[in-house]
Amino acid sequence: MSDAVEIVVNAKVLRVEPGVTVASALLNDDHHVFRRSTTGDVRAPVCGMGICYECRVTINGIAHQRACMVIVEHGMRVDTGNAP
Amino acid sequence: MNGARRSDAIVVGAGIVGAACAAALARDGWRVTILERSFASSGTTSVGMGHLVVMDDSPEQIALTKYSLRLWRELTPILDRRAELDACGTLWVAEDEAQLEALRAKRELYATADVATEVLDAQALCEAEPNLRRDLAGALRVTHDSVVYPPGATLRLLDDARKHGAVVRDGIDVEAIVPNGVRLANEVLRADIVVNATGPWAPRLTPALPITPRKGHLAITDRYPAFCRHQIVELGYLSSAHVMTSESVAFNIQPRSTGQVLIGSSRELVGWDAQINREILRRMLQRASHFMPGLGDLSVIRCWTGFRPATPDKLPLIGPWDPIPGLWIAAGHEGLGITTSLGTARLLADQIAGRAPEIDPGPFSPMRALAAVHS
Repeated sequence: MSDAVEIVVNAKVLRVEPGVTVASALLNDDHHVFRRSTTGDVRAPVCGMGICYECRVTINGIAHQRACMVIVEHGMRVDTGNAP
Repeated sequence: MNGARRSDAIVVGAGIVGAACAAALARDGWRVTILERSFASSGTTSVGMGHLVVMDDSPEQIALTKYSLRLWRELTPILDRRAELDACGTLWVAEDEAQLEALRAKRELYATADVATEVLDAQALCEAEPNLRRDLAGALRVTHDSVVYPPGATLRLLDDARKHGAVVRDGIDVEAIVPNGVRLANEVLRADIVVNATGPWAPRLTPALPITPRKGHLAITDRYPAFCRHQIVELGYLSSAHVMTSESVAFNIQPRSTGQVLIGSSRELVGWDAQINREILRRMLQRASHFMPGLGDLSVIRCWTGFRPATPDKLPLIGPWDPIPGLWIAAGHEGLGITTSLGTARLLADQIAGRAPEIDPGPFSPMRALAAVHS
């Protein structure tokens, strides 16, 4: 992965393939907690195509972004429901 | 009802007003049956904001809302999580010096009624609500106002009624209220008293009631915890609510315990057309963004409409309905039914039991509707 893209997930640096979605990047790195419901239940992608809104994460400080609809960019900051 | 004979009462409608009346009557020893056309809080109760607010439109309205707020506080220890009670207070915000003057008058009015308030100057307002526009003139904070999730509170009130022997029957269509009873499709149910608590639908069963459906829109966002901390209402809200113009919008925003933000408000007189009116919705959200510019960055996940049961004199109809023996009315609360449900139930139960109510029931007598027709 010489042309890998570096993103920061919950303060941990991740090297991922260019052109993948944030959802793919997280799942490939075994992140399964994308967000939490009002009652604290774990949520992760269901549809992978922008419909179900289950994969929402905070990207560059903006809450409720659909991880399956955003392509990774160098230096991107992603915070999930497991963020410290 | 001093225990000896438990008489029969039928409450029509399991919205928050019907549920509160049922609980109060059941506690008084009545054998209560609640008949609900659909399911509990499926009507106006589930589509409103759940703002528990002392409203100062008239002395009678202050009396009923203030009394009801006290009853809500007394109920607090037995409310469960479903009610999502949040004692966040209300901020009435003033845009300019003229409104600030009006705010002072409002403060005097509340002081006279012995309602706790606090004035916030522009600086204090910025600190209390950082997402409000920075150039507002100030605000009046009504300390003990609160927010509740109305369907959750209704379920709690129905549990209380059941605990005291009440029976809730869902999916029962009452075709007519008759002397000392109600007529269903295939039977007549007898009762010593019947309470019509069907909100904006009350005139279907009691046609002379002057209740008009007044449509409103609401929008709710995704979760953005601490975006706002109080129920925030523009000072001009009351004039929007008071005047029966064909349509109006006013800034009225509420933090939910989930971190969501509930955005209102609009008023329209368009019969029972429940469709979203995009133009009104746009104006309502623009008005909200005018006060909270950051709102534009939040995602709205749902918009809906509902119907308030409005009366010509802006007061609910609570009391006996003389033309039909045994019939009592508890309806016509417009946008204040969540707040005043508890006061309504107590006023009604006290009058039925022959106890002296704590506030004057006279202004709320439904019989004023007939007097108005004959005068």
